[in-house]
Amino acid sequence: MSILVIAEHDNVNLKGATLNTVAAAKEIGSDITLLVAGSDTSSVISEAQQLNGITKVLSCDNDLYKNSLAEELSNLVVSLASSFSYILAPATTFGKNLLPRISAKLDVQQISDIISIESEDTFKRPIYAGSCIATVKSNDTVKLITVRSTAFDPVANDNSDVPVEPVDASTSANISEFVSEELAKSDRPELTSANIVISGGRGMQSGDNFHLLDSIADKLGAAVGASRAAVDAGFVPNDYQVGQTGKIVAPDLYIAVGISGAIQHLAGMKDSKVIVAINKDEDAPIFQVSDYGLVSDLFDALPELDSKL
Amino acid sequence: MKILVPLKRVVDYNVKVRPLPDNTNVDLNNVKMSVNPFCEIALEEAVRIKEAGNAEEVIAITVGKSESQEQLRTALALGADRAILVETESLLEPLAIAKVISKVVEEEKPDLIILGKQAIDGDNNQTGQMLGALLDYPQATNASEVILDDSSVTVTREIDGGLQTLKLNKPAIVTTDLRLNEPRYASLPNIMKAKKKELTIKNISELGVDVEPRTELLSVELPPSRDAGIIVESVDELVDKLKNEAKVIG
Repeated sequence: MSILVIAEHDNVNLKGATLNTVAAAKEIGSDITLLVAGSDTSSVISEAQQLNGITKVLSCDNDLYKNSLAEELSNLVVSLASSFSYILAPATTFGKNLLPRISAKLDVQQISDIISIESEDTFKRPIYAGSCIATVKSNDTVKLITVRSTAFDPVANDNSDVPVEPVDASTSANISEFVSEELAKSDRPELTSANIVISGGRGMQSGDNFHLLDSIADKLGAAVGASRAAVDAGFVPNDYQVGQTGKIVAPDLYIAVGISGAIQHLAGMKDSKVIVAINKDEDAPIFQVSDYGLVSDLFDALPELDSKL
Repeated sequence: MKILVPLKRVVDYNVKVRPLPDNTNVDLNNVKMSVNPFCEIALEEAVRIKEAGNAEEVIAITVGKSESQEQLRTALALGADRAILVETESLLEPLAIAKVISKVVEEEKPDLIILGKQAIDGDNNQTGQMLGALLDYPQATNASEVILDDSSVTVTREIDGGLQTLKLNKPAIVTTDLRLNEPRYASLPNIMKAKKKELTIKNISELGVDVEPRTELLSVELPPSRDAGIIVESVDELVDKLKNEAKVIG
């Protein structure tokens, strides 16, 4: 029952979803190895050594893995795969991009985006934008799984001196190259790990109006998100999108402003503990899932809310 | 240059899907079926590349039941030059679909394969990457921009933190995100013309691919329901509820 978890990181820090993925691994078994493949990853390795529940860290420090190219990383993981019965990655754009490439090389049908572990071979996962939950049994000898981070609480950082074992890089596939990256910079918490999220939809009318949300977010220590409609309209960048094909969030408090509540949006936030909807259309479907609904023009409600926090 | 666009027949985007009464699967009786929205974006991108003079032929392919011809005719009406149906009565998993398509790729030798990043039924997000692995082609998933050169393709991808740009050797695999383009609607003359375009049907057994399922669907259920809460009358009441009832803000 040895389990390999592929760490997501940016060569400096571990990404939060890695901790949720280790938590899922702990529900499967106790022999958990974490693979950190990257370039100049010493700070990532020290973080990794503290993760509760892991028994070993595999480190592959090589320029080849600096930008997490799927073509290169998949070759590396395939070279290590024979020692493991499970290979897990977070269901983030990193894991979704990488794991199917490994699965096909190993001739395994991957199980994507699991939300619970029923037994060693049976898992639950959402389908049809979360309209239904499927229980799926894998008959492959090796299981390859991506993990929905909101379904598993992150493991603590209370381990120490987890042994680190270096592994050799694989030969380069040499068919793709990294050109550039434009990463959003924000002082606010990350959307997927924030305790409070405030999101705007088409009702915000323009990107400029998102400052109304920004100001409330700063008071609450919240992250700012958006519906697909707001991203498609160009109000905010793609990394704001919450929904079936965007980010999945489950904060303690989710405030949906000017969002009608299409099923594709609900798929990304309906596991939030408390949902607030502010919308001037009292028939908006978002009110069917909200704990507290306020039927009001957001251009009146937001400044008032801002002043009362 | 030749572009292959694999696409999938799925339950229409607007249908609210429910489990069957015996929970063995989802209820697909009498529901509207369409081309998966991400596959429409893939096809649109291929057709635009051809219209810009950078490709000679766009081929649509699907793996599925005989009824999937409807979606291939739609693809032909939207600008594909010809279509291939690999017919099977079984519902195939992404790995099997990728294996089937890889066989067709060996015959057709396209320079570029554009797919949707995921189908909105299974939400697996696997087929493109698996095809890349089976063919040893490079991949760029979640594309929001595709720029072609003679020997390579430069793709900007939507990733969790923002945007990433990769350069892939051709032949290459691209999977589409929402904002790559806005697909056109089929015009009536093009729908008529599509009826005369070539649609080849192959039986899956001709390809000699192992498509045996690796997973079993044990049950399909509704997610835990979420009850509608209350409507508050004012911002004051909302703040009070959040502080004192839900206790989610300080």
